[in-house]
Amino acid sequence: MTVHESVPDVLAGSGAERPGAFTLLMRTRPELVLAPVLLAVIIALWEWGVPFFEVPNYVLPTPSAIVTALWRGLDAGLMDRGGYWLHTGVTVAEVLLGFFIGSGVGLVLGTIISQFRVLDATLRIYLIAIQSLPKVALAPIVVLWFGFGLTSKVVIICLLTFFPLLVNSMAGFKAVDPERLELMRALGANPWQIFWKVRLPSALPYIFAGLDMAAVFAVVGAIVGEFVGAQRGLGTLILSMNAQMDIAGTFSVFIILSLVGVVLHQTLRRIERRLLFWSGEEMRMMGS
Amino acid sequence: MRVQAADRPVDTTAAAAAEAVPIIEIARLDKTFVTVRNDRIRALDDISLRVREREFVTVVGPSGCGKTTLLKILAGLVPPSAGAVRVAGSPVAAPRRDIGIVFQNPVLLPWRTVLDNVLLPAEVQDIPLGLAQARAGELLKMVGLAEFADKYPMELSGGMQQRAAISRALVSDPKLLLMDEPFGALDAMTREQMNLELQRIWRESGKTVLLITHSIPEAVFLGDRVVVMTPRPGRIARIIDVPIPRPRPIDAMGDPLFARLTGDIRRLLYGQGDAGAPGLAGGLS
Repeated sequence: MTVHESVPDVLAGSGAERPGAFTLLMRTRPELVLAPVLLAVIIALWEWGVPFFEVPNYVLPTPSAIVTALWRGLDAGLMDRGGYWLHTGVTVAEVLLGFFIGSGVGLVLGTIISQFRVLDATLRIYLIAIQSLPKVALAPIVVLWFGFGLTSKVVIICLLTFFPLLVNSMAGFKAVDPERLELMRALGANPWQIFWKVRLPSALPYIFAGLDMAAVFAVVGAIVGEFVGAQRGLGTLILSMNAQMDIAGTFSVFIILSLVGVVLHQTLRRIERRLLFWSGEEMRMMGS
Repeated sequence: MRVQAADRPVDTTAAAAAEAVPIIEIARLDKTFVTVRNDRIRALDDISLRVREREFVTVVGPSGCGKTTLLKILAGLVPPSAGAVRVAGSPVAAPRRDIGIVFQNPVLLPWRTVLDNVLLPAEVQDIPLGLAQARAGELLKMVGLAEFADKYPMELSGGMQQRAAISRALVSDPKLLLMDEPFGALDAMTREQMNLELQRIWRESGKTVLLITHSIPEAVFLGDRVVVMTPRPGRIARIIDVPIPRPRPIDAMGDPLFARLTGDIRRLLYGQGDAGAPGLAGGLS
């Protein structure tokens, strides 16, 4: 309080008492207020602008029409082919299966390859070359090979999620601090102990970066696969709605898809935060 | 000019163990590295040294004098090219449990707590957990980190991290502690504090310490004897006794004897061979 007394009269006047809760919030975390306000403004402008500029419904529906479509889809029965539940279930199943199998195999192979220097050096150039190929282009062939069912989508997602994990785990194992390895050798540790106690934990930040990437690819893979050929899934729903000019419906499916992506990503972040609390990047993310 | 170990007891601690078996015996050690292009680099040339139990020996020399190679050979991390290296009576062929090592960087694993870092050697070497935990607790108390056992390395200052690394090196109860410029990365004041601290830890734990440094004052302050090395190839120029009584307070650095000894070493290193050869002074502080 002594500080306040020494402040010049102008500042020490009526307004310079304790800042209110809102002022404090605006000073420390303005985004907590500004981000929702921005969203509200955009939605309001959108809702008002569509009828004002006489934009036809099949070009851009109003937010309220999208919400209505969303409600209609969610109101349907669990197994209703017109509703969203069945299709969402199918797409989520594809995403999870493909993500776990694809990234799991990528991680295991990347780990094995990087433990043997010759293998690593020989294969690296090919693997990086393959990684930069647009693997979604293979979707039509994969559907041809594995049919319109779940399998073809899972295979496409595996193709997409395999490489980020393979390449990232190889990079992670290569980046292990040599001083840590020398410490373990000085302690007389065997290769197995060195792997579990130093190599794997050291590579984890890279592996999680790969998983983040794979999670995004998995959703993309599912939708592309369903576009190419499928009987169920959110991708087929989008195609049939598009054919009927039901643009509001398409947008509402897009919201569902975003939710699937966000939940997947947030789950990963949560696990990552728990496992990688020690890594510098994580510390910055937590803002400490 | 080599002063033999048995010639004259340097202080009370060393005198008590003077007749004991030497814990380190290095005889006519040579190390030559062969590069990929088949060039031969002589890192160590005809090194002989005996260190008694409970003795504190420091090795000082400019960068490139092979002192780190010497330490790695003693730790069993690098094989010698010729000569014999024995620790506690048996030849060093591979890393051994009775030799603890502290590197220039603390190298603590950031995902483990301080206590779990100290327990790492025990896990690797299958020391019973109960025994190791009791010892780790005592060691952390000795280095003043008892309250930080459950903290993570990133929550500790550089000096504290290095003290945790010293505890880790001592947890398997080694006879010999090898230290490779352990305080080189610390600021000058923390470094002097750590020197005092290390002297106390050494006296309380009763270990033999071989410490490598390129700080001449640090070498004289800590050592019962200072091994002065010159580079290319790494040779022992002289071994100098430091008869300053223990425990040495930080004021010992103002002692005329201290000044004379550091001066001697400086002249030995800077004035070697043709006077004013600047190459020798590289990395000295």
